[in-house]
Amino acid sequence: MLDQDLRFDPAAPAEGASSLRIAGAATVATVDRLHAWLDGLGTGADRSIDIGEVARLDTAGAWALVTFERRLTEAGRHLDIRNAAAEARLVLDTVRGAMPAPDAPAPSPRGLIPLLDATGRRVAASTGKAAALTGVLGLFLARLARVLRHPREFRAIALVAHCDDVGLRAVPIVALMAFLIGVVLAFQGSAQLRQFGAEVFVVDLIAISVLRELGILLTAIIVAGRTASAFTAAIGAMKMREEIDAMRTLGLDPAVVLFVPRILALLLMLPILGLIANVMGLVGGALMAWIELGISPSMFRTRLIEGTDISHVIVGLVKAPVFALIIGVVGCHAGMQVSGNAESLGRMTSSAVVTAIFSVIVADALFSIFFAQVGL
Amino acid sequence: MSGAEPEAPAIRVRGLVNRFGSHVVHDGLDLDVRRGEILGVVGGSGTGKSVLLRSITGLLRPAAGRIEVFGIDVLSGSEEARATLDERWGVMFQDGALFSSLTVRENVEVPMRKVARLDPDLRRALADLKISLVGLPYLAGDKYPSELSGGMRKRAGLARALALDPDIVFLDEPTAGLDPIGAAAFDTLIRDLSRALGLTVFLVTHDLDTLYAVCDRIAVLADRKVLITGSLQDMQAVDHPWVHDYFHGPRARAALDAPSAGALQGGR
Repeated sequence: MLDQDLRFDPAAPAEGASSLRIAGAATVATVDRLHAWLDGLGTGADRSIDIGEVARLDTAGAWALVTFERRLTEAGRHLDIRNAAAEARLVLDTVRGAMPAPDAPAPSPRGLIPLLDATGRRVAASTGKAAALTGVLGLFLARLARVLRHPREFRAIALVAHCDDVGLRAVPIVALMAFLIGVVLAFQGSAQLRQFGAEVFVVDLIAISVLRELGILLTAIIVAGRTASAFTAAIGAMKMREEIDAMRTLGLDPAVVLFVPRILALLLMLPILGLIANVMGLVGGALMAWIELGISPSMFRTRLIEGTDISHVIVGLVKAPVFALIIGVVGCHAGMQVSGNAESLGRMTSSAVVTAIFSVIVADALFSIFFAQVGL
Repeated sequence: MSGAEPEAPAIRVRGLVNRFGSHVVHDGLDLDVRRGEILGVVGGSGTGKSVLLRSITGLLRPAAGRIEVFGIDVLSGSEEARATLDERWGVMFQDGALFSSLTVRENVEVPMRKVARLDPDLRRALADLKISLVGLPYLAGDKYPSELSGGMRKRAGLARALALDPDIVFLDEPTAGLDPIGAAAFDTLIRDLSRALGLTVFLVTHDLDTLYAVCDRIAVLADRKVLITGSLQDMQAVDHPWVHDYFHGPRARAALDAPSAGALQGGR
């Protein structure tokens, strides 16, 4: 531990004492006591302080002495520091020269106005964010069009790598999730429908809810959590290390190199993942219906074909590309918003996931209204 | 502090061996750093200057060897003995390594939090003193590291390293990436602080101007060990090819021709 030994003379602050003495270690470990002791001394008279027996004086101890000296000087008095060793004088001079001169802090406004100001700024920022997201979407479409006209600029290897990452590696989790949703639906549905003796309609319940809504919506939510965050982290880390600036100076367009392969991979993969989720949801439902209600797989199939229109599948899967665009655009946009520090990378990553999931659910609600209106 | 071991060097390294896989970085390296001196460590890229610094500060466990700082064994000393060392040395990393979520002042306050008896006002006042001591303006204390220039980040890193008034500071390439004026000012700062506070400085550098302006002694790392330690004059006489090229190259001559460029700069 640091040396804690510091002695004062007089031990208790006395107004009258004009000659003071300290001994021991005046260091960062004892500066609290030294400062408190000096603080207790009034500024009514000139003082002298003997530091001849101070074994070690560091900048913290010197700071306390110089602060006291300043206080006396401001009161028109004088402090005489006596018997300082050569090193101690050097420390005192260094600290005297470096004493910070605090600038007046900027006045902070109070009351209702800053509250309104902050609210207004947030609202403006959120509309700005919506505009920026639209901007990224437009940029993606424009660059996609250019890549279609100049296929040589297209990065097929990057596309395949992202398809692998976004699609293939997500298959296990998406399949398992959809299977369990099917099981839960069959289990809950059968418990309710049994009361009316309408067990066989559990097939319709599972088929319509999985194919129309749950399959693609839950897939999109999982992909939003997994892929939007990955896009933001990857692009954000590149932004932090100035790789994106380097790309620009090399004549590479970040939108072509980073956005197009990523968002295109999502566009291609999300419908496939949705289809896998649909199939696995039905399999899970069929299995549970068999176990719980004794509806055999062949009966399930017959009932499925008779009772469920193909339009449900179309209504479900047609949403997939839109969700894919939302997730990709939000992830890429958030990545480009990362600034210099590690904290902003974390903040933007979590913001990307929240925004992507929220936007996917809003889009799903809009789709529901639309399909209800057109009667699908 | 304690006069118990007046002649013992501040740092004593004996038989240090560091290897990464089959790549041997250090093989039987010996080094002494005397108290109160500024030792400059030079060497070509990949000769393990930073590895040596990381070994001494206990960030990297060497394959073999013995490292003592103030007579305390860094590698096999007791936990309590090691803990006292943390208060007696400060490390400035290459880009400052400031905590990016804290302001500069909060960064400087981090080591002070270990001294439990400092109340927040006192800690703040001492942090402001350290910030001013390394030549940063008062308002820099409220800024975040990402808002500072590279040179200011280095100064802030030095302020944090000096927070507890350590006996040794380790500086990893303190002037790399600074403009010549900023580098000269930093050299002056290091020398002045070292003299005023009685610091022992372990300085890893490539900067010949820093070597000429600041260092008391120089240690050359080559062939997996410390090839030679000595003053600048000693270096001129060495006939190892790398050392010869280093201290007789055009840059070395330029730095030598302006022997006290850093010393004459003075002040800030």
